[in-house]
Amino acid sequence: MSEEVPAQASRFNVLNHVNVPLHEVLTDSEAKEVLKRYGITKEQLPKVRSNDPVVQVLQKQAGSDGLAGKIVQITRRSPTAGTAVAYRLIVEAI
Amino acid sequence: MTMRTMLTNQPKKIGHMKFGLLSPKEVRGLSATKVITADTYDEDGFPIEMGLMDPRLGVIEPGLRCKTCGQKVGDCPGHFGHIDLAMPVIHVGFVRVVRDILRGTCRGCGKLLFTERLREDFEKQLKTYEAEEKDVSILAKRVSKDASNVTVCPHCGREHGTIDVDKPTTFRENGHKLTPSEVREWLEKVPNEDLKLLGLNAEVCRPEWMVLTVLPVPPVTMRPSITLESGERSEDDLTHKLVDVIRINQRLQENRDAGAPQLIVEDLWELLQYHITTYFDNQTAGIPPARHRSGRPLKTISQRLKGKEGRFRSNLSGKRVNFSARTVISPDPNLSINDVGVPIECAQELTVPIRVTPANFQFCADLILRGPEPKFPEGKYVPGVNYVIRPDNRRVKVTDKNADEVAKRLEVGSIVERQLDDGDVVLFNRQPTLHRMSMMAHTVRVMPGKTFRFNLPNCPPYNADFDGDEMNLHVIQGEEARAEAEILMKVQENIRSPRFGGPIIGAIHDHISGNFLMTWKNPKLPLEDATQVLSRVGFKGQMPAILEEKDEHGETRKFVMGRDLFSTLLPPGINLSYKANACPSGMKEKEARLPENDFWVVIEDSKLIQGGIDKTSIASEKGKLLDHIARRYGNQAAREFLDKVTKVGNGFLTLRGFSTSIDDEDLPPEARHEIEERIRATKERVDVLLKQYKKGELQALPGRGVEETLEMEIMRETGQARDAAGETASRSLGMDNSAVLMARCGARGSMLNLSQMAGLVGQQAVRGKRIHRGYQKRTLPHFKWGDLGSDAKGFVAASYKTGLNPTEYFFHSMGGREGLVDTAVRTSRSGYMQRRLINALEDLKVAQDGTVRNTAGTVIQFVYGEDGVDPTRSVGGEPVDFDTIFASVASGKAKAKKGGN
Repeated sequence: MSEEVPAQASRFNVLNHVNVPLHEVLTDSEAKEVLKRYGITKEQLPKVRSNDPVVQVLQKQAGSDGLAGKIVQITRRSPTAGTAVAYRLIVEAI
Repeated sequence: MTMRTMLTNQPKKIGHMKFGLLSPKEVRGLSATKVITADTYDEDGFPIEMGLMDPRLGVIEPGLRCKTCGQKVGDCPGHFGHIDLAMPVIHVGFVRVVRDILRGTCRGCGKLLFTERLREDFEKQLKTYEAEEKDVSILAKRVSKDASNVTVCPHCGREHGTIDVDKPTTFRENGHKLTPSEVREWLEKVPNEDLKLLGLNAEVCRPEWMVLTVLPVPPVTMRPSITLESGERSEDDLTHKLVDVIRINQRLQENRDAGAPQLIVEDLWELLQYHITTYFDNQTAGIPPARHRSGRPLKTISQRLKGKEGRFRSNLSGKRVNFSARTVISPDPNLSINDVGVPIECAQELTVPIRVTPANFQFCADLILRGPEPKFPEGKYVPGVNYVIRPDNRRVKVTDKNADEVAKRLEVGSIVERQLDDGDVVLFNRQPTLHRMSMMAHTVRVMPGKTFRFNLPNCPPYNADFDGDEMNLHVIQGEEARAEAEILMKVQENIRSPRFGGPIIGAIHDHISGNFLMTWKNPKLPLEDATQVLSRVGFKGQMPAILEEKDEHGETRKFVMGRDLFSTLLPPGINLSYKANACPSGMKEKEARLPENDFWVVIEDSKLIQGGIDKTSIASEKGKLLDHIARRYGNQAAREFLDKVTKVGNGFLTLRGFSTSIDDEDLPPEARHEIEERIRATKERVDVLLKQYKKGELQALPGRGVEETLEMEIMRETGQARDAAGETASRSLGMDNSAVLMARCGARGSMLNLSQMAGLVGQQAVRGKRIHRGYQKRTLPHFKWGDLGSDAKGFVAASYKTGLNPTEYFFHSMGGREGLVDTAVRTSRSGYMQRRLINALEDLKVAQDGTVRNTAGTVIQFVYGEDGVDPTRSVGGEPVDFDTIFASVASGKAKAKKGGN
């Protein structure tokens, strides 16, 4: 997409921001395990678009821009639960 | 039952749905008759053939059969007719679609204004959209936007003008009017392939069908005429509108055929357009709504469907139900919180179905023998029976006369509709139903009177008071529903609110005053009084310690300490320690524990050791003790405790006597002087500030202007005056004052209320500033121009008791009105937001694995609320209550130590 994203050097890595929780791309086997645990298909996961700043960074880190279809694991701090884990499916931006 | 109805009663699954337009051909095909006469009935009251009430359009009179399908009233669905329009007319609902098509296509050749290459490009995109099941309308919008920017048709070279719409239905090309006929001709030329790109499916939606040449006439069943008592017929609004349409249509046709001047024909044409537009939507912007003879705007098709009173929200999403009752509510402190008092009149109308089995056959037969209006043995209510549903589904009404007969013929498998009886489970509800506690299950107590009654702790969850509030009651009709309601919806199951993790049902008002007076500083109760108070709760346990003392006559008097009396109500094993509500905010624990203060509640092993039981112990929202009992001993115990505590509170207060009056706000002369002095000082200081300001000597605060600084200083000064007056008032009014007592223990009112009544009302504000609007340069004509003094800007130096002078009164009203408007705006806005939220969240549920899912099975949250904690079972939102655990461990240790010594 021809979005105006700042160039690599000048761009701030959003993952380093205090308010952005830990995002990790799952391997295919991990992803399979997660889907099995919840008894769902990929489509039943919450989604995140590939032009989301976090995904952009993840793509840069993985050295590929074809992360669509992968699942990210998000680990958040929670005042009541300690940590809370959520999953999102990366989808192509519309 | 006929074969036909049996078949239609079969549930059917909807495979798919398709929305499209009716073509003129289809309209004529569907039509049962052409309608040409504007009249409905002739002089004899018979419907006119080919009129708007033609018998072929369906039946509305009982007994008659439909001329089209031959069925009777309930079964004939009605049949459409049609009106052939003399000239075509634009359909208001499609003006925007038509506009977009006209803008994007050529008037000459009808093709989309794209070059072949661009077209192919878009077609490719359309294919990917369809393949990925994306919203095609987004693409269609882009197509019409891009095409409308083209000025010359790439296919035939014709120049493309700008298309404008004159609201509501007139199209203009380069400023020249396009008649509906011209629009229709244009639309006819648009090829099917191009429509696809514009987001239309040509099979079911040709654009020229958006310009009407034939108007469907809805069946009479959807616009029935009603016969008034006077024998006059009154037609439905839709019929009225159709009469207008036919009349103008006829005149238009006559004039056109007679070769009338163009001007007249055009006028009539426009009139026809107006009538058809308002027939669809009588609230179209840009045209006056069509009105009834009485001046009331007509309710046409769109009005029938739209909005809160429309078909969807009023009849499809919401329905009226049977087995429900509504009446005024009133309080009854003698009921349990689980109960609801139901008037005998209601109870005899509402019924519970009982299936007759061999086991309860005799019971049911005896019930029926009582008839619908049983005699009450010894004045006690007993339920009768209103209907018996026989195994063949026939409903037999039970009357006094046929009761014997019906009872004799009773069969196993029948259903007896028994009248409401004590102990039946019902749902009780007060609107607005904002949270789940607005609808709870109660057990019925049938009693004389005409109101629903419930105990006062139930006021907060329903947000009810008794100034004329009405509530609804629904009788549960099935065993499963009843069990579910009892487990999930019963009042005692809703003591703790999911909103803030504390009790929402709790003691209020007098319950708090009573318990506080009974426990604070531990008063002595004569034994007779104590026993009477205990008798109110039917007390059966260990009596509290009975003590003796000699009075001034040397006679022995037996008495019971108030705290001991209260302690008898507690379940065993409670250890709690906390600050009471009556404690002044700045007071430290050590000071609060002093006997002369007694503002620290200590409960050890279910004995109240010190402190007064007030709002922080037993009230709704705040009650720690109540909350503790509900969490540790369960809802049943909490309900029992609450039932007892409220009755004891009322009982004690009744014996002791408690009242408040205007002289509770009387201040001693010294205090009055002090306040007067303070007011004088404040006014002086404001004057000094003003003088400084006028001389230009006032130092502006950082980041503010001089005027702002002045306003702030004055606001602070007047605020301090009010606080000081409140301070003075509360110093001179002690806990022996009923009003102060109620405010301190949290029963009702606040110290601010009191200081405004006894001391002074204080600065009035509108929009957070002193009163500043009104006349030119002044708030009221009573003041000089530019007067910035305290009196001129809404400082009320009087108290509610002494009374306000006219200007003060007016300023006070201004401040009060702002508050009123704010609440009105807030409720309407939050109501709308709530509606949107509910619509978005209504079908989410927590699945078996703890995830939150919607109906499609999509995960919304992986663990409910991130932590999986049920807020109802949380402690003020926290999953674990460390404070109480620590306290109980500490007290256990203390006890162990004591035991050791």
